[in-house]
Amino acid sequence: MSAQTSSTSPSTSLLGTTALLFEAPGDMSLPSQQRIWALAREAETWPEVREAVPGMNNLMLTFTRAPRHLDALRTRLCDAWDSATALPREGRVVELPVVYGGEGGPHMADVMAHTGLGIDAVVELHSAPLYPVYALGSHPGYCYLGGMDPRIATPRRKVPVLSIPGGAVSIGGAQTGVSASAGPSGWNTIGSTSMVFFDPAQDPPAMLQPGDMIRFRVEGIVR
Amino acid sequence: MIEILSSAALATVQDLGRTGSLRWGVGTSGAMDNLALAAGNLLLGNELGAAAVEVPVFPFKVRFAEDCAFALTGVDCAARLDDQPLLPWWVHQARAGQVLTLGLPQGGAQRGSRAVLCVAGGIDVPEVLGSRSTQLRGAFGGHEGRALRRGDVLRAAATGSTFRTGFGLVPPAIALPLERDGVAAVRVLPAAEYMAFEPASREAFWAGEWKITPQSDRYGYRLEGEPLRPIAPMELRSHGIVPGVIQVPHSGQPIIQMRDAQPSGGYPKFGTVIEADMWRLGQAPIGSRMRFIETTWDEALDALDEVRAWLDKVARVVELHRGAPR
Repeated sequence: MSAQTSSTSPSTSLLGTTALLFEAPGDMSLPSQQRIWALAREAETWPEVREAVPGMNNLMLTFTRAPRHLDALRTRLCDAWDSATALPREGRVVELPVVYGGEGGPHMADVMAHTGLGIDAVVELHSAPLYPVYALGSHPGYCYLGGMDPRIATPRRKVPVLSIPGGAVSIGGAQTGVSASAGPSGWNTIGSTSMVFFDPAQDPPAMLQPGDMIRFRVEGIVR
Repeated sequence: MIEILSSAALATVQDLGRTGSLRWGVGTSGAMDNLALAAGNLLLGNELGAAAVEVPVFPFKVRFAEDCAFALTGVDCAARLDDQPLLPWWVHQARAGQVLTLGLPQGGAQRGSRAVLCVAGGIDVPEVLGSRSTQLRGAFGGHEGRALRRGDVLRAAATGSTFRTGFGLVPPAIALPLERDGVAAVRVLPAAEYMAFEPASREAFWAGEWKITPQSDRYGYRLEGEPLRPIAPMELRSHGIVPGVIQVPHSGQPIIQMRDAQPSGGYPKFGTVIEADMWRLGQAPIGSRMRFIETTWDEALDALDEVRAWLDKVARVVELHRGAPR
């Protein structure tokens, strides 16, 4: 059982002896993510858990010391999921101006080819929603967003790109996001924006938290 | 004070890694050969996780501006202090003005790719989010959040000649060897999508040799071998990952996540190199071949216990030397 399919019961799997991955059942949704936030809050108080890290409708538990008997932890985790109620968060709304296509969006053509849509349609569908921040990950300050229109979903690239710049707006599978700094990525970059997402001297160091919302405002389209 | 005299390509300040900030998207970083770093620190009587300089490109030169005890661990790189050859995995005393040169990595049983230079008290750089490791992607931690350059000056947290020197260790490559059919090996626990690959691919993964390609670094090792084919294409939801995770992008050529890897990903996960073997992987040279050994949860935990026991033994040996009359 893996994250690609939806089912009725959660699944767990190992990341070596370093961590355990919990995946919520069903279609990806905000209520399900709110339960993940609640589960994270509980699991991070357990002694064998170093950190509880939300992903997209999933949760990674890293170990302080890997337990000999995993079944007890797995059972506890699934029980906690069953009794978890959605933890809503009223976050801020942050608007990001985006230039779509052109040099800052080198893979726009791939997204158009895959979806069969023109650039205007891709931009309209991408900039329409108010995207909730589901989780942070990938690199310091990077936000995983929910709520992308499935019509512009595009598979991750066959070979990851060695470096995309900070501020790159991209699509990977059914997800979208903005890179917070330059680095490698397997996603399709369709535009660019500018924003400081991370400052290690601040507490918390990330500017956006799960529950905050992002709106992409169309600053321009390069055809 | 230690001055970097080489262009020092890709040498960085590392400790045992940054934990507790994964939720902000901050990966762990940390020494590629964590065992070399821990043992080097033990040799000096430092804290186990004190910061050190990790050197992946040779030759590499530093000048000691004042007396300083140091330990060299990791790959045996024919090091010299001025003209005097140095033993690897050994504690030495540098006098003010002396130049330490790390030469080319030597072959043999201790074949490796990274040297670790530990100094008395550890490298004194500020702790950022609980660690002194360099976070290259985030450009913070370590020395100014970047790889070292010629002319950089680092401070050892403790200097002078109060440290006991002139003793050493049998390196873990000899004390804890692991090979399969004469090829360096690491143990792997299957991960979530393992069974979603073709049976022939699963068989080929364990049976075949894998080449570490030149597109390999602290972020990840890109491997080359028999392509791994999924039974059906997979697009996963992004989820947390850790160093050691073996991802398989659509090309079928696996990528092992290393210490600078991002803390989340979405490519299918074939397996994970166990924590106890990450130091072996950290020393695997580019262009070398390796094998994977399937393991179980219990064996993987036994392997971690074995590593801890080796470090405990090192601590006891060091205690004997340090307690001995001068």
